[in-house]
Amino acid sequence: MLAFLVQRISQALLVMFVISVVAFAIQDGLGDPLQEMVGMSVSQEEREAIREELGLNDPMVIQYLRFAGNALQGDLGNSYFYSKPTLAVIAEHLPATLELVIGASLIIILLSVPIGVYSAIRPQAWLSKFFMGVSTVGISIPVFLTAIVLIQLFSIGVTVNWFPSDTAWGQWLNEALSTEGGLPSYGRGEHLTPLFGTWESGFFTSEGLMHLLLPSVSLASIMLPLFIRLIRAEMMEVLQSDYIRYARAKGLSAWRINFLHALKNTMLPVITVGGVQIGIMVAYTILTETVFQWPGVGLMFLEAITRSDIPLIVAYLMVVGLIFVVTNTLVDLIYGLVNPTVKLTGKKA
Amino acid sequence: MKKFLAAFMGSMALATAPMALAAEATKELKMAYDADPVTLDIHEQLSGGILQLSHMSFDPLLRWTQDLGFEPRLAESWERIDDNTVRFKLRKGVKFHSGNELTTKDVKFTFDRLKQSQDFKAIFKPFSGINIIDDYTFELVTSEPYPLLLNTATYIFPLDSEFYTGTTEDGEDKSAILKHGNSFASTHISGTGPFRVTERQQGVRVEFERFKDYWDTESPGNVGKIVLTPIKEDATRVSALLSGGVDFIAPVPPNDLERIRNDKNAKLVTMSGTRIILFHMNQERVEAFKNPKVRQAINQEGIAAKIMKGFATPAAQLSPEGYQGHNPDLKPRFDVEKAKQLMKEAGYEDGFTITMMAPNNRYVNDDKIAQAVAAMLARINIKVDLKTLPKAQYWPEYDNRAADMMMIGWHADTEDSANFYEFLTFCPNAETGAGQYNAGNYCNPEIDALVEQANVETDLDKRAALLQEVEKRLYDDAAFIPLHWQDLAWAAKNNVNIEPVLNVMNFPYLGDLVIE
Repeated sequence: MLAFLVQRISQALLVMFVISVVAFAIQDGLGDPLQEMVGMSVSQEEREAIREELGLNDPMVIQYLRFAGNALQGDLGNSYFYSKPTLAVIAEHLPATLELVIGASLIIILLSVPIGVYSAIRPQAWLSKFFMGVSTVGISIPVFLTAIVLIQLFSIGVTVNWFPSDTAWGQWLNEALSTEGGLPSYGRGEHLTPLFGTWESGFFTSEGLMHLLLPSVSLASIMLPLFIRLIRAEMMEVLQSDYIRYARAKGLSAWRINFLHALKNTMLPVITVGGVQIGIMVAYTILTETVFQWPGVGLMFLEAITRSDIPLIVAYLMVVGLIFVVTNTLVDLIYGLVNPTVKLTGKKA
Repeated sequence: MKKFLAAFMGSMALATAPMALAAEATKELKMAYDADPVTLDIHEQLSGGILQLSHMSFDPLLRWTQDLGFEPRLAESWERIDDNTVRFKLRKGVKFHSGNELTTKDVKFTFDRLKQSQDFKAIFKPFSGINIIDDYTFELVTSEPYPLLLNTATYIFPLDSEFYTGTTEDGEDKSAILKHGNSFASTHISGTGPFRVTERQQGVRVEFERFKDYWDTESPGNVGKIVLTPIKEDATRVSALLSGGVDFIAPVPPNDLERIRNDKNAKLVTMSGTRIILFHMNQERVEAFKNPKVRQAINQEGIAAKIMKGFATPAAQLSPEGYQGHNPDLKPRFDVEKAKQLMKEAGYEDGFTITMMAPNNRYVNDDKIAQAVAAMLARINIKVDLKTLPKAQYWPEYDNRAADMMMIGWHADTEDSANFYEFLTFCPNAETGAGQYNAGNYCNPEIDALVEQANVETDLDKRAALLQEVEKRLYDDAAFIPLHWQDLAWAAKNNVNIEPVLNVMNFPYLGDLVIE
C-alpha cells in the first residue's frame, strides 16, 4: 500500500513537471499578456519597461528556472489579471467547479443505475427501448447546444401555439408544450453558504440549488448516456453468468439477485470508467461554465487564455494534472475495496 | 476669442427631469457587461471598463453630454484666462465615500498621479502643471495653447487624497500605481461618485450601493443598489436579460438585435459609435501600395452595410459625425469598374498577391469583415492570403507589421479627430512615438504639419476647418481603407429608463438612471 502511494506520488510529480514544461513552451504562441494590461495608446517604451519588470524579456530557460525554483517552494507565481497568487485564484474558483461536478455526478448516479439495471433486466420493455433511444440522441448532442436549449426552455420560457387554440385539445397541447421559464441562467446566485476556507456552497439554499440545476443537468447530459449503456451492457453480461443462475435456482428473490449480487460485479468496470470520466468532466466544465457564466476554474481558464495570463494557465494545467492523478489513485483504491482479489500495482502478492 | 469658452452647459437634462430625493433611491439594478473592471484603481488602465467604473464611483470635473457638449460636475464653472490657462471653480460641500471633503488638494493629487500613470500620462502630456489658488479654485496650465483642454479634463476624476496617502501595514505606498501585483488602490476605493463599492469578487460580481451623502441631490436617479455581473458569452448575456435574471446588458451582439426587438419585455437602444474600423496598406512591404491609384482602387469598398447587417455606419474618413474633423462632403466609394480602370492605369491590370491579417475576437464580426474585403479585392485581381488570429496573438503581429494589409479599430481617447491622425496616419517615428499604429507606413509631412497646426489652434472654427482639410487630403490620397464606425447597442427591461443616461463614449451615467 505504501509502496503504491509512493509510486503514485512520484508519478504525479513527473506529470506535473512535464505539464509545466509544455505549458511554458507554448506560452509564446499564446500571445502578448501586455495587451490586456495596458491601453492602446501606451507607448512602446512604456510597454518595454513593463515587460522588463515582469521578466518577459529574459530567455525562456531563465524564465522557466525562475518559475521552477519558486514552484518548488509552493509559489506558482502571480496571475497578471487577478494580481494575486495563482494558487489562491484557483482555490477561489475550484469550489464552484467541484460543486458542479458533484451535482452532475449525483444526477448521473441517481439516474444511470436504476435505468441501466432496469433496461438490462427487461431489455424488451418499451420503456427500455425509449431510454436507449433517448440516450443515443443525448450522446450525439454537444453540451453547448444542450445548455442553450435548456436555457431557452427553462429560463426564458417558450410559448407554443402550433395547435388551434380554440379547440380544447389544441389548447391543452399548446399549454402542455409551453414552458414557463424562470430558472436562473447564469452564475451561482448571490447568497451562498460559507463552509470552510474559500468554499462557499450552493447546496444548502434553494437559491443555490436552483442555480446548480441547469448547469449540472447539461454537464450530466454528456456522461449520462454513456453510463446507462455501460451499466446495461455489463449487467446483461453478469446476468448470464453461472453464479446468477445458481442464485436463481436457489430461489433467492429477484431483488436480492439483481441489486446485491449482480450489481456489485457490474459496478467494477463502471468505477474504472467513472474515475477517468470524472477527470474528463472537469475538462467539459470549461464549456458548461462558459455558457452558464459559472465562476469556476473552467471559465477562469478560458478567460486566462484570451488574456494570455500565462502564470494562471500554467498553474491551472498543473492543478488539473494533479486532480487526474489523485482521482485515478483513489479509483484504484476503491477498486481494491470493491473487489479484494484485485492487486494494486507495486503491492507484493 | 480667448476670454470666455464655456460655462454651464447642458444642465438642461437635469433641469427638466422629474425631481427626486436621494432618499427615494431604493430600486435595485442587476446588470451584465461583458467584463467587470479589472481593478479599482482608475489610473491603472485606460479602458472602457475602467471609465465605466469611474463614472459610477467617482465624478469628473466635467463630463460629456449626449450631443458631445460639456456639463459641469465637480467643477462648477470654468473660464479661459489666457491662451495656456483655464481657471476652474470647484463645487463646495462635496464628500468622498470616506467622509473627507473635496478640495483643490485632491484635484492636485489626482492630476499629479495621472501624470505618473503609464496609461494616462500621454493624454496629459500637453499639461505643464496645476496652480492651486485657494481651496476651491485652481488653474490647469498647458505648455502651448491647447484646444482640447476641456476634453482632457473629463478624465480628471478627483481621488480622495487623504485616503490614498500614507503607507499600508506592509509598508507599501498607498498611492502607488501597479500594473501587476496588489496595490492598495487596486482593492480600495474612495471617490465622490453616486455609488460605493460594497463587495467585489473579481470576475464574478461587483456590488454597489448608493452613496447617501452624494452631492448631486438634484439627480433624478433612483437606483439604490447595483449588482454587476460580468458575462463574457454573448448568448448567455442575452439570455440573462430575456429570462429576467438581469435588467440591463451591454454590449448586445449584432446577431441578437432582432431577438431583443421582438421581445415584449425588453428594449434595445443603438447608437452610431465613434470607433473606426480600417485596413492599412503597407507601402514598405508592397511596392504597388506606393501608387495612389492602386490605393484608390482598393478603396472602392462599400462592404460595411452587407456584413454588419446595418449595425455600422459606413465610413469614408476617420472622424465620425460630431467630431471637429468630420467632413460631410466625403462619401464612401464603391465602383468596381472604376477600380478596375485605376488598376489598369497604374499598370497592375493583372493584379498581384498580398497577405492580410485581422483579429477574430476583438471587433464586432472582425474576421468576417476581413473575409469580405479579401473577396472584394479578388474582383480587381488582387489575391489575398488571409490569416485571422485571436487578439492576444494579433497585436504582437501588428507591432511587427507582419502582413501587407492589417486591420485596426480606433477610438480617440480625447474624443477628437487629431488623435486618429497622430496614431494612425502620422509618419511613423519611433523616437516621438508618432504613427504608433500606422501599419501602412503612409507618410505625408504636409498633412502632419496641418494637424500640428490644428493642435495649437484654440479658435474652434479655424481648427475644424484645418482638420476637415486633413480628412479631405487623406481621402484623396486613399491613405488607408476606412470601413465603418462600429455601432453601440444596449438592452434593458422596459421599466429601466436607459436612453437618457447613455452616450457614444459608452459610459452610462448610472447615477442618473431612473427605474420605473
